[in-house]
Amino acid sequence: MDQPDSPRSGVTRRAFIKGVIASGAVASSAAYLFRAGGEIFGQTSAPGSVERLITLNVNGQMRRVDVMKQETLAMTLRYKLGLTGTKIGCDRAECGACTVLIDDVPHYSCSVLTHTVRGRKVQTIEGLANGDQLHPVQQAIVDEQGFQCAFCMPGFTMAAVGFLKTNPNPTRQQLAHGISGNLCRCQDYDKILTAFMRGAEYMRRSS
Amino acid sequence: MADTKYIGQNYTPPDLVAKVTGRARYAEDFRAEGMLFAKLLTSPMPHCRVRNIDASAALAMPGVKGILTADDLPDLGPNVERALTNEPFYAGEPILAVAAVDELTAAEAVEKINVDLEPLPFVVDPLDALRPGGPDARTTGNVWGAPMPGGVGPNAASPVKTIKWTGEQFADADKGRLPMGEPTEQWAYGDLDAGFGNAALVLDETMVVQSTGHHPMETRSAMAYWQNGKLYIHASTQSVAQTLPNVARWCGIMPQQVVLISEYTGGGFGSKGGGAVSTCIPAMLSKKLNGVPVMMRITREDENYIGRARTNMSGRTRIGFAKDGRITALDLFIVQDNGSYGPMGDHRSAGLAASIIYQPQAMRWRAISVLTNTPPRSQQRSPGPMQANGMIEPLITKAAKQLGIDQVEIRRINSPVGRATFGPAQPNGQRAKLTSAFIVEALDKGKQAFRWDERKAYSGQRRGAKVRGVGVAVGPHGSGSIGFDSLMTLRPDGKLYVQSGVGNLGTHSVMDLARVAAEVLAMPWEKVEVVWGDTGKGVPWSCLSVGSQTTHAMTRANFAGANDLKRKLQEIAAKDLGGSPDDYELSNERVHRKGAGGGLTYTQAAKRAIELGGKYDGHEVPEDINVMTKGAAAKHAGLGVMGVAKDNYPRNGTTYSFVIGFAEVEVDVETGKVTLIDYLGVGDVGTVINPRSLLAQIKGGSCLGIAHALQQKWVFDPKYGLMLSRRFHYSKPLTILDIPATMNADAVGLPDPETPVGARGVGEPPVGAGYGAVLNAIADAVGVDVFRRAPVTSDLVLMSLENKKRMHEPLRAHV
Repeated sequence: MDQPDSPRSGVTRRAFIKGVIASGAVASSAAYLFRAGGEIFGQTSAPGSVERLITLNVNGQMRRVDVMKQETLAMTLRYKLGLTGTKIGCDRAECGACTVLIDDVPHYSCSVLTHTVRGRKVQTIEGLANGDQLHPVQQAIVDEQGFQCAFCMPGFTMAAVGFLKTNPNPTRQQLAHGISGNLCRCQDYDKILTAFMRGAEYMRRSS
Repeated sequence: MADTKYIGQNYTPPDLVAKVTGRARYAEDFRAEGMLFAKLLTSPMPHCRVRNIDASAALAMPGVKGILTADDLPDLGPNVERALTNEPFYAGEPILAVAAVDELTAAEAVEKINVDLEPLPFVVDPLDALRPGGPDARTTGNVWGAPMPGGVGPNAASPVKTIKWTGEQFADADKGRLPMGEPTEQWAYGDLDAGFGNAALVLDETMVVQSTGHHPMETRSAMAYWQNGKLYIHASTQSVAQTLPNVARWCGIMPQQVVLISEYTGGGFGSKGGGAVSTCIPAMLSKKLNGVPVMMRITREDENYIGRARTNMSGRTRIGFAKDGRITALDLFIVQDNGSYGPMGDHRSAGLAASIIYQPQAMRWRAISVLTNTPPRSQQRSPGPMQANGMIEPLITKAAKQLGIDQVEIRRINSPVGRATFGPAQPNGQRAKLTSAFIVEALDKGKQAFRWDERKAYSGQRRGAKVRGVGVAVGPHGSGSIGFDSLMTLRPDGKLYVQSGVGNLGTHSVMDLARVAAEVLAMPWEKVEVVWGDTGKGVPWSCLSVGSQTTHAMTRANFAGANDLKRKLQEIAAKDLGGSPDDYELSNERVHRKGAGGGLTYTQAAKRAIELGGKYDGHEVPEDINVMTKGAAAKHAGLGVMGVAKDNYPRNGTTYSFVIGFAEVEVDVETGKVTLIDYLGVGDVGTVINPRSLLAQIKGGSCLGIAHALQQKWVFDPKYGLMLSRRFHYSKPLTILDIPATMNADAVGLPDPETPVGARGVGEPPVGAGYGAVLNAIADAVGVDVFRRAPVTSDLVLMSLENKKRMHEPLRAHV
């Protein structure tokens, strides 16, 4: 069960702890980092702080944005493009709260480097509705009152939309498998499935 | 309430579209000009003392703006947890925080800080702390004593003490029999000896119940800044009104200086009941830096340590049964792992819950709450009662098998009925009693709907490598407080504004409680505006959204507030149109003479209230409302007719809700894998306010219990005192594939007679129901002696089956 889970790969936990005790300090989790774009000056000493201006296709818009080479898509969306609908629940590809569509395929945006999506089509929860017209899956969630606290909802919804694009008529069990990369701690899974099954029906009807 | 239009009907919560479009903003979704980021430096050791902090290299870095240590935080009194510490009691406890222009710089600064730590003795297993010569979690002792009468503050009432048990008392520990030395607390009622003497069957067994982190999807991130001497804080809390004074206390300021914004909370499950103490870190950093905004994002790994967890317990139960299955005596001894702070009271709730759901003719409860160097506990959804289900249910099932009694029947025989008594005698000499219980009705309803007898016929029969089993359990939990306030205004725009001071954590109760006001005032729901999640907008003093309280407490309060507003409408009409207020009634957004007589529209009445002033528009308010409600009412005075009142309705008894879980499992005896085949939860939760939400609560809460039965747990390395089950991957929360694709729930819907709306809470009771039902179903499938700890994982089942005896380590916690 025990694994080194900081980016200090190659260092065992025990050696790490020993080193920590010797040096007397430990960062709580140095791996979960974010550098604000353009806000600091003269910060060339920090490795990886170099940003490059790139163009991203997000929700049908071409967005120009400065990103670091190690920056994840989740951080770019949330902190540079103002798209806070994409949530970060674990930052380690465990929970799926950050799921977005890249070229119509669901991805954990916490585990995708922003540089790798240049030239690809990124869709977030904010890009799902057409103006005030909700996407059929969103409408189904409203009609079935899917989800409770809803922090996982954007990621789940993107996962479901992505799955339904290629599996428009799933059984409940198939749909569960299709969205099983997402966690809900309210464990409202039954109602989530009910909502997405209705969403599948609405999507079939609208296509 | 008879003939209701809104109560008991599904509706779309008004915040749902914001949630589904990503517009709903949780704490970490806010941005502010010049916002800094904070990172934590946490303890690498389970117990140590900070000798020195050298932050000079970090503070010299460009972009680093400041550091916050425990010395910068107010003293909250002896033994009270603070957000930062100079004596960490668990690995992962925050020692200091650094603010910098961005997170990378803050993290690099943390790396450059030298903290000199003196290692201290530590313990992660509560029994180790009780062994003779065993280590203590604190230099001041190893257990929380019983609360002292007259103690002041939440923690001062319980002293830290040192208690060690003898080697003789540990003699049978390695055989899995919980030692029972000196407890710190106990109570008893009835004649225990006679109860055991009269019993046809006596069992004496120990069961180990695990600890699990709450892990809400949203971690406890927070952003704070100061303006004109006021603290503005975006935080994640279950309870808005009740968190405000806590934030003020943590920051050493007055509640009037705090504006708390928490419109959306990504779950809490008890871990954010009164907010999170860590939220004062960005607030205090900001204060030190002249008010500049500070965002502190809490990682999942941070959350694992500071995000709270359930108390684990080991319970030894001696229980006597008459031939017909009636429980004649119950002697329960609990060793509670309290974790590093507290004091926790789950062990007390567990004892009372056992007394309620099993109604033993005589009972003794003894307990000790042990401090360990593990992350702090807080109440987790069904804190105590769920553990009682875990400790005792397997014994009920075993007894039923030995006595040849049906599992549903033995619970039916022992369940409380109506105003049943429970627990020890109170200071007035009387035992406490329930306001109501309709468990038997729920058991009967569930038994039929689940086709219990049909499934029972094939349970225990092996087909290939698979064997099925069925289980049932009654999950109890206290479900409602009283005495909170309501505030609402009916304004000249024709709308009713209901102020809601509870949290918006997904239960929809933040909206549901306004349905009561709409009902009383015959107000079209689309003209009701619920105002919530921002103390700057004025919210009434409301209950904590914990302990399944909200629906009960706040429907009562809003029933009072709405009736106050109704009375004012009647009085205004009588003043203008003659007659007495009682001559007037409400319908079609008018207050008018009974029948089809003359009257005023709500808009006209709201304008008249403003002209009349005084109590009508909120310039005069009742004396007995809370100071927070008075402040909120002052913000709304003069805006329309005000309904403002404290819930002064009488209540005779203690309010509890119940959910009965029915489970069918399939166990693969070749792999040990347990699969949940089907589940039904039936609620005895009073009048149903919002059916769709209620059923989701029953199913979701049951899932938490199911996860505890099957997979979720903490694991510690006892040698180093470090947690191994960090993150989701290792702690194994339930996924969508761990439950049947369809789950079922229902409720008996019988109103509680001791509250005007009839509604009790529902959040917690399903947890113990799911936990107990699945444990019982596994026992039914593979044998009542296969496990004595939870979760019942594949390896545990397989090892026991292959060796024809229990192979798991008997009493050790966190394995």
